[in-house]
Amino acid sequence: MTPAIEIRDLTAGYAAGQPVIEDISLVVPANGFMALIGPNGGGKTTLVKVILGLLNPWKGTVRVLGASPARASERVGYVPQMVPGYSFPVTALDVALMGRLGITPPFRRYTAQDRSVSLENLALLGVETLAGKPMDSLSGGQRQRVLIARALGTQPELLLLDEPVASVDQETQESFFNLLSELNGKLAIVLVTHDVGAVSSHVKSIACINRRLVSHGSTLPPEAVAEAYGCPFELVAHGVPHRVVGQAAGHEDGSND
Amino acid sequence: MTDLLGHVFMQHALAASVLSSVACGVIGTLVVVNRMSTLTGSIAHASFGGLGMAFALGLPPMYGALAVSLLSALGIGALTRGARGDSPDSAMAAFWATGMAAGLVFIRLSGSYAPDLMSWLFGSLLTVSRGDLVLAALLDILILVVVGGLFKELVAVSYDAEFSAIRGIRTGLVRGVFLSLAAVAIVMLMKMTGLIMVMALMTIPAAVVRLFTCGMKKMMILSSVIALALNLSGLWLAVLLDLPPGAVIILMAGVVYFGAFAYARRRDSAAGRAAQKSQ
Repeated sequence: MTPAIEIRDLTAGYAAGQPVIEDISLVVPANGFMALIGPNGGGKTTLVKVILGLLNPWKGTVRVLGASPARASERVGYVPQMVPGYSFPVTALDVALMGRLGITPPFRRYTAQDRSVSLENLALLGVETLAGKPMDSLSGGQRQRVLIARALGTQPELLLLDEPVASVDQETQESFFNLLSELNGKLAIVLVTHDVGAVSSHVKSIACINRRLVSHGSTLPPEAVAEAYGCPFELVAHGVPHRVVGQAAGHEDGSND
Repeated sequence: MTDLLGHVFMQHALAASVLSSVACGVIGTLVVVNRMSTLTGSIAHASFGGLGMAFALGLPPMYGALAVSLLSALGIGALTRGARGDSPDSAMAAFWATGMAAGLVFIRLSGSYAPDLMSWLFGSLLTVSRGDLVLAALLDILILVVVGGLFKELVAVSYDAEFSAIRGIRTGLVRGVFLSLAAVAIVMLMKMTGLIMVMALMTIPAAVVRLFTCGMKKMMILSSVIALALNLSGLWLAVLLDLPPGAVIILMAGVVYFGAFAYARRRDSAAGRAAQKSQ
């Protein structure tokens, strides 16, 4: 089966000569559930942008669902951190419908099918009763579910979540991860987080990245940072991809913070 | 007042009020939810450079204003685009001041004081011509057709541009369309309220409506209604008191704005207290 994500020797960044991520290699199988962890500025978001096709690799190859990231993007669902940072006059259904953009072209209204798919996805996430409510009036956890419903709009084969539990409480987190495990039956999931303790019992693999080349240099050697984060699985750090332990099975809890 | 309605200039003023309200409500809503209110002030002031140039070259001022307004809207869009773009507020400030400066230099070079220019600075709702009205009507149609056609894209890009890009929306293009429409609407309003005050009429109705409603379509319709009410009541009061209509309309808008916020503040704190009590 085609892996959900296949990355070989990836180097990418924004400013020439300053790669944010370097020589990264990793594979997420079609039914994978991977947590992507690492310190702030370690390149998590950059890697996500490459996988989404928003940023081109400088070096190396990236295949998403067997295609180039740009071509695959229709089959990838993306859940960003809370958007936007301020109040915006849309309802939960309005947001869920945005997942159907690109299916119904410009100069056409959302179709009845767009609406029924969006409502089904809201129902799948248990927030269908909130469809007509303004996004502003929802709790962090409810908003999260609406954003996932939006991401499911194109019936994706890969779901990518960026720091999804940053703003929700412990209890909400737990039911949230159970929900993701359920969804994992049908699609591959990549979850970006810097809270490795919270995810370790739910995911199938953990990748830790920490490659930053800031102009002022760092005080901690990246290996030490990576160790501080405790990445028992696919550890990719400081330009040298090395697997510390193999996939899944018998992992120790990585939370030593 | 009824006598006044018999005058052509008054009929034109009323028609202009209606036509400008539509542009205000539709574009103003997009401007407000994108947090780009200053953009309207920046584009309006930048287009003063176009007015000056048109005066100096003996061209119709409307075309000079429209050209520079479009160029500055797209220029601000291009400068602020992407993660490495300039911050919007400095780009807006640069266009704002450069346009004004260019306008002053052009007027000096043209060797005349150009009294007509005053009507652009402060508006001239009572001297709107038939030609202005036809142009305004065409611009309204353009705005309604484009915003209607790209409604879901405009909302999505305003709400979450990154997600829209992943869904295959050409966000740069959608943003460019929005900025161009804003530029067009601003020039249309400038003639009536004056370039100094266009920002208020464009953003206050939508900002007030936002306090009481959710949903972009609802906001656009209600903002248009509020803009129309402000235009008509301001015009009436201005004629009654023999004051400049543009200024009176904006003063009314200011009163409504501060009043609405004071009301919403009290409402929200009352709701907060009620929620605390019930706990």
